Amino acid sequence: MSHTLPARHHHGRRTPGWGSTAIGIAILAVMLFPVYWMLNVSLQPSGSAVGTPWLPLDLSLHGYATAISQQGRNLLTSLVVALGAVVFSLLLAAPAAYALAHFRVRIGNVFLFGILLSQMIPGIVIANALYTAYNDLGLLNSIPGLILADSTSGIPFAILIIRAFMGSIPHSIIDAARVDGAGHLRAFVSIVLPMSKNALITASLFTFLFAWSDFLFALTLTTTPDVRPVTLGLYTYIGTYVNDWSSVMATAALASVPAILLLVIAQRYIAAGATGGAVK
Amino acid sequence: MLAFFGYPVAKNFAMAFQKYTTSTFYTGEAPWVGLANYQAVVTSSLFSKAMLNTVLFTVGSIAGQFVIGLALAVFFRRRFPLSGLLRSLLLLPWLIPLIVSGAVWRWILDKDNGALNRFLDAVHLAPGHPGWLTSTSLALVAVILVNIWIGIPFNSTILYGGLQDIPEELYEAAALDGATGWKSFRYVTWPLLRPVVSVVLVLGVVYTIKVLDLILGLTNGGPANATETIATQSYHLSFQQFDFGQGAALSNILIAISLLFAVFYLHANRRAVDE
Repeated sequence: MSHTLPARHHHGRRTPGWGSTAIGIAILAVMLFPVYWMLNVSLQPSGSAVGTPWLPLDLSLHGYATAISQQGRNLLTSLVVALGAVVFSLLLAAPAAYALAHFRVRIGNVFLFGILLSQMIPGIVIANALYTAYNDLGLLNSIPGLILADSTSGIPFAILIIRAFMGSIPHSIIDAARVDGAGHLRAFVSIVLPMSKNALITASLFTFLFAWSDFLFALTLTTTPDVRPVTLGLYTYIGTYVNDWSSVMATAALASVPAILLLVIAQRYIAAGATGGAVK
Repeated sequence: MLAFFGYPVAKNFAMAFQKYTTSTFYTGEAPWVGLANYQAVVTSSLFSKAMLNTVLFTVGSIAGQFVIGLALAVFFRRRFPLSGLLRSLLLLPWLIPLIVSGAVWRWILDKDNGALNRFLDAVHLAPGHPGWLTSTSLALVAVILVNIWIGIPFNSTILYGGLQDIPEELYEAAALDGATGWKSFRYVTWPLLRPVVSVVLVLGVVYTIKVLDLILGLTNGGPANATETIATQSYHLSFQQFDFGQGAALSNILIAISLLFAVFYLHANRRAVDE
């Protein structure tokens, strides 16, 4: 929801000024302290586990060097899996959302209910079932296996977001295209998809973030270090006694890069995703 | 597609009635055992502890997230310089991977060298370095606090969206009738926000009840099962004791609870649409 209107003036009420900004910054400082701490520790020289300074005055990139040499491969795995999940989820979700929004299928509501339910299924249930199935299919420790598993949460979410948007495309536009001789597929590809660009972007960004952040499937569906997303890499780091926290925090910071990028570059899609996915 | 989503649930449902262990993978045999798995997990000495922890974790997290989230939403409703920027930066805890939050907080809450204890020490508030994650009496509290931190952005974003839909004129009219401050919140904001509130709460429960990453990252269910919930217990049964049948049975109980809330959700959602 973007409010580009000029701020409405509150009649008879003082317009809040910089005092509120100061309070807001104070709140933010408390809320974001852990993020600051992550960056601070990640920039410290090694071996300063005891009494990390409050400020990174003695800047060192040692943590990042270790993180990239030890976790670089895992970061790449995460990237491939997340991109794969986006492509796979959207390929399935976009047509499904279109069908749900524009053909008044009787099963539409039942289907939608199913999607809502699927969002409520604990990941451990899916992991439990997939582990045994993957074991038979030979999909354990494989990138396609992780893509498929991550899509189980990406697809329903993408359908919800895209459907809400496609429902608002006037029927008459699609009908006009059909009159001009375009088939369903043609109308979908050349009219509906371009018009839904924002919804598709929102869905992609969130699917990417879900897949990138996934830890449970990485933990349960891989058993060897060959295919290991960075979330699991981080977990194995902290699973043992840690004496080099700057490398751990550097890994954590690198694993947060997509989230930070999303916040900086694609801010306006985030609120759309948060509200669209939940309330619609 | 229905098969794609339905399969895991159906499979999990079936597995709960089978003796499904590592040997199944070699022999391919998973004999039916009826309700034995359910009986085993429910009568297990850990079940009531895990159930209690799940309830405490869920209720504590939701209460904290909701109250703070609502306060922030109301605060940010007053537009002030930089409010948009601050509001979006606030989303960060929600966007970074849970396991990252787990790792960072684990270090902040560290007994000897954690930032929190050093801070408390410096201001002479809690000398003696409480073991936030290592003492059985504090671990659950610490895990709940971290989960509240993670959930605040989601709550405040959705509630903020709900607040935006309340017409300004209503506040002006209320102000004319003498209702400002707390009164305008009590008689204008709250009644109009109620549908959004119910959606936020139900979604919160559904998401919180299945939290697993965070607990595994922070405490792995310990110390001495002090933070073991139904979700983590199910994970431990399946993937550490390799008793997939019992793990499935326990996670099905989790689904049943979620399902109950799903019904509430749809009910709340329908009301939100109607109103």
